[in-house]
Amino acid sequence: MHPKKIIPPELVCPAGTPASLRAAVDAGADAVYCGFQNATNARNFPGLNFTFEELQNSIAYAHNHGTKVLLAANTFPPAGKTDLWKQAIDNAVCLGIDAIIVADIGVAVYAQNKYPDQRLHLSVQAGAPSIEAIKYYCEEFNIKRVVLPRILTIPEIKQIKEEIPCEIECFIFGNHGLMAEGRCSLTNYTTGLSTNMDGVCSPASHVKYEEDENKNLTTKLGEFTIDQFSCSQNPGYPTICKGRYLVPHRQDAYYAFEEPISLNLANLLPDLIEAGVHALKIEGRQRSRAYIKAVVSSWRSAIDDVLEGKPPHISDLLALTEGNKQTEGAYASKRWR
Amino acid sequence: MISFITQLFLGKIVRYISQTRPDIFNRMEAHTDKVFLIDPVNLPLVLILKPQKENPSLTACPRHKILKYDARISGTFLTLLKMIDGQLDGDALFFTRDLTIEGDTEAVVCLRNALDDVDGSVVEDVATLFPLLGTPTLSFLRNIKN
Repeated sequence: MHPKKIIPPELVCPAGTPASLRAAVDAGADAVYCGFQNATNARNFPGLNFTFEELQNSIAYAHNHGTKVLLAANTFPPAGKTDLWKQAIDNAVCLGIDAIIVADIGVAVYAQNKYPDQRLHLSVQAGAPSIEAIKYYCEEFNIKRVVLPRILTIPEIKQIKEEIPCEIECFIFGNHGLMAEGRCSLTNYTTGLSTNMDGVCSPASHVKYEEDENKNLTTKLGEFTIDQFSCSQNPGYPTICKGRYLVPHRQDAYYAFEEPISLNLANLLPDLIEAGVHALKIEGRQRSRAYIKAVVSSWRSAIDDVLEGKPPHISDLLALTEGNKQTEGAYASKRWR
Repeated sequence: MISFITQLFLGKIVRYISQTRPDIFNRMEAHTDKVFLIDPVNLPLVLILKPQKENPSLTACPRHKILKYDARISGTFLTLLKMIDGQLDGDALFFTRDLTIEGDTEAVVCLRNALDDVDGSVVEDVATLFPLLGTPTLSFLRNIKN
């Protein structure tokens, strides 16, 4: 019996700025994903992302180092406002992007019809967790890779992998958001701006931090108080899904959806590679060069260890996690909450 | 009282950065008219940054002086220095309460992202501007553990 051949997974890393992209490339990323400076991507934050010229130079830098560049065009155009998304696709193709990550079927069909040879990936924002849904996207839009929602166990991922006609990409580190990817309207309800259409989850323009004389920190989004932290507690991002709330069946405020915590699949890395996952994704386009350098180099080294048959040595990344807490989420068990 | 020499020194730094790293100011978008109070909590002074593209300014003020600002960024001197130097992640510092922000969050996020989009380090640029004192001082500060 032949030993099972291991597919070397691609390490897919975030970049919010050209300097971050170069940091990711230098730290050993196989591919880097980024977005334009507008609502076409789900990290449309102030001072972040790429102009046309910046992406052009960044692609040249990455390609010179053998690294791919992927464009996140993974938001949903509002009715009658598709031009911005079409322009993003046109520009990315013109610049020689390696793949475009899409979520909206209108954006996908535009890219597929106009650029049939352009490689398309299905964003986690599309929220396609089943064999049937993924097959549909592959058949209708010629999707080459699906980024799976963070709601599946590794055995489930393995089963999906065996039955779909495209590659699989899984998140391994970073933000652990609410498990309704591409469908969350909490920010929209609170601020009037949409995560899915404007690309802003908890827009900074609506976030307020208030610290009292005892160093207790209150975080607010719009008119809503999300959480309060004593001086000894570690806060997380000011997102509604990570807030602490008073509910009728509980005496104290508690994390009704998810607590401030990051995904870290360090201990599950050999299992993910064994399951045949084609690409391992790090979240964090909004994070700094320091984060990119530390996280990417750590995972590069760990993946190389596994491929060489050694136990993976993974640096302690706890200091970079949200709230200084980490979880394996649904990958380890459906009962993570 | 903050000396005239200190203010000259700070003015030279910010003008040098604006000349050598214009992209930082391009990334500031709608926030170049904002006033940032940079508060190194273990020093007796605070810094006022006005990142206007054509005429940026950085001045020092006594801590007790009442100042108007749009956003305040607080942390120890070493924390702030290492963040700008690209050694520490701003979000991680916020998660551990080593970095505090107040006021216009969007302006702070924009400034943080703009300062991070550099190859090398703005701090290193400034150190080489004053080679006799700056370079050895930076080397010393980089080796101090937070």
